[in-house]
Amino acid sequence: MTGTGNLDAAPYALGRRADFPLLAANPRLHYLDSAATSQKPASVLRAIQHYYETTNANPHRGAYTLSAAATAAYHGARARIATFLGVADADTLLFTRGTTEALNLVATAWGRTNVKAGDRIVVTRLEHHANFVPWQKLAQATGAEFVIAELNTDGTIDMNALESLVTPRTKVLAFGHVSNALGTVNPVADLVAIAKRVGALAVCDGAQGAPHLDVSVDSLGVDAYAFSGHKMLGPMGIGGLVMRRELLEAMPPYQYGGDMIAHVGDQHTTYNVLPYKFEAGTPNVEGPIGLAAACDYLTALGMDRVIRHERALVSLAMERLSAIPGVTVLGPGADRRSGVVSFTLEGVHPHDLSQMLDADGVCVRAGHLCAQPLMRALGVHATTRASFYLYNDVADVDALAASVNTARLRFAGA
Amino acid sequence: MSAELDELYQSVILDHNRRPKNFREMEDATVKADGVNPLCGDQLTVWIKLDGDQLTDVSFRGQGCAISKASASMMTQIIKGKSRAEAEQLFGDVHALITGHPTGGDVGPLKALGGVSRFPLRVKCASLAWHAMKSALAARPGDSAAVSTEADGPGPEGA
Repeated sequence: MTGTGNLDAAPYALGRRADFPLLAANPRLHYLDSAATSQKPASVLRAIQHYYETTNANPHRGAYTLSAAATAAYHGARARIATFLGVADADTLLFTRGTTEALNLVATAWGRTNVKAGDRIVVTRLEHHANFVPWQKLAQATGAEFVIAELNTDGTIDMNALESLVTPRTKVLAFGHVSNALGTVNPVADLVAIAKRVGALAVCDGAQGAPHLDVSVDSLGVDAYAFSGHKMLGPMGIGGLVMRRELLEAMPPYQYGGDMIAHVGDQHTTYNVLPYKFEAGTPNVEGPIGLAAACDYLTALGMDRVIRHERALVSLAMERLSAIPGVTVLGPGADRRSGVVSFTLEGVHPHDLSQMLDADGVCVRAGHLCAQPLMRALGVHATTRASFYLYNDVADVDALAASVNTARLRFAGA
Repeated sequence: MSAELDELYQSVILDHNRRPKNFREMEDATVKADGVNPLCGDQLTVWIKLDGDQLTDVSFRGQGCAISKASASMMTQIIKGKSRAEAEQLFGDVHALITGHPTGGDVGPLKALGGVSRFPLRVKCASLAWHAMKSALAARPGDSAAVSTEADGPGPEGA
């Protein structure tokens, strides 16, 4: 599927650019770095401001009405985010700073309790450092074996190889929902089935899944799902971990302090129920409130339309970029990827390319994309990544392709 | 194309990027150092052959953008034959130039790197080889030194 024929509401953006104050204020900006962080609609910014203007107090602390209102707003936001992500038991959605903290929470609180010397931890070659290093360190700390499942040449997981690596001693299978570097959408159901066969914990890094796919965490069948709010139209500094209730109840807390306790004796402490057990200290309240507003925005738009729109833009971008001499697009075909196009341009380093693109108002990511193990396998040191979201349109793809071609000609020299 | 970008990517920079000078390993080097920029993954190695106080040969290899490669290439040309003190003086002059506070010292063709000062995020690209050179000169013969652009602290250098 190629060309503009499949574009939903082409040629204008699916999410109205006018909804996003930063984009509205910069009409010539081509923001193609949403895999790093998304722009924020006015409704999200308004929700945060409204909270501080009308409801701000420390939740769970005061008996007074305002604190009760802040508590209600905080938990109301949790319920709306849980609904958006298809999580029936909202108290199993723990708020964290983001995906990174969520994955560290699992690797530490669950991992240090359940992984022992001689066990095995399996990750894939596609992983972001956030879903790689915590497991590598857990293996080092416990004496477990750390094993990397390799990829097919198109950047998809070699599922046969992975299946043979997941031995009965395997305690963790950690994988991304969508690769941040290549956009590969992984077969989560198959990965979960492989993990279940040996009783391994199936951990999914959903940082690039939750913003771009119609995610139902309960239906995915994973044991743990981590996500970041700021990549899905929400504010920075808020994200979460969804984990099976019996696992959360059995594992120790990640941090200790206020809110997470039931009773503190002189020598012993008992812990609060979920989700408080894993939310020590005064929580980030504005974050969930902003993120819930973002979920409302995405729900109103319809994730099915977001998916169609991004896939059409990605197809078009792959087609336009591939037509430029010297460009190599990395990763699988458009039908197996989310809104990411990583590519190289022969003779032009990604940093130079992104600098040239910036002069044309085109914002892309350049570098190792926090995926150095993947870069080694691809045989590159860095790539240039354009990533799309609901506010992008055909003009952004045109600007990208034109600017890449200008850079190519300039670097080729006269 | 903006004027600032023209200043950054002067033809001399692009020429060195396409055909870097002294882009080779040196088996009989006296000292060497690896430089990395962990923010972007750029990495290069600088080899120096010393005869007493004099840098009789300088070479480099590695992965990096046009700015880091051109800076390294020009550096190997200009410091070859210089004394340690002269090489370190040039480090100071170049660092001052690319951070936008030129000392007025004669840096010759290296003045082409002046455009970097308008792009604070690229200062580390231009300084990578120079940090490696300085680190190599501080190493004992036979040792291999390593330096990170982050050693100067977080954030864009000089910004």
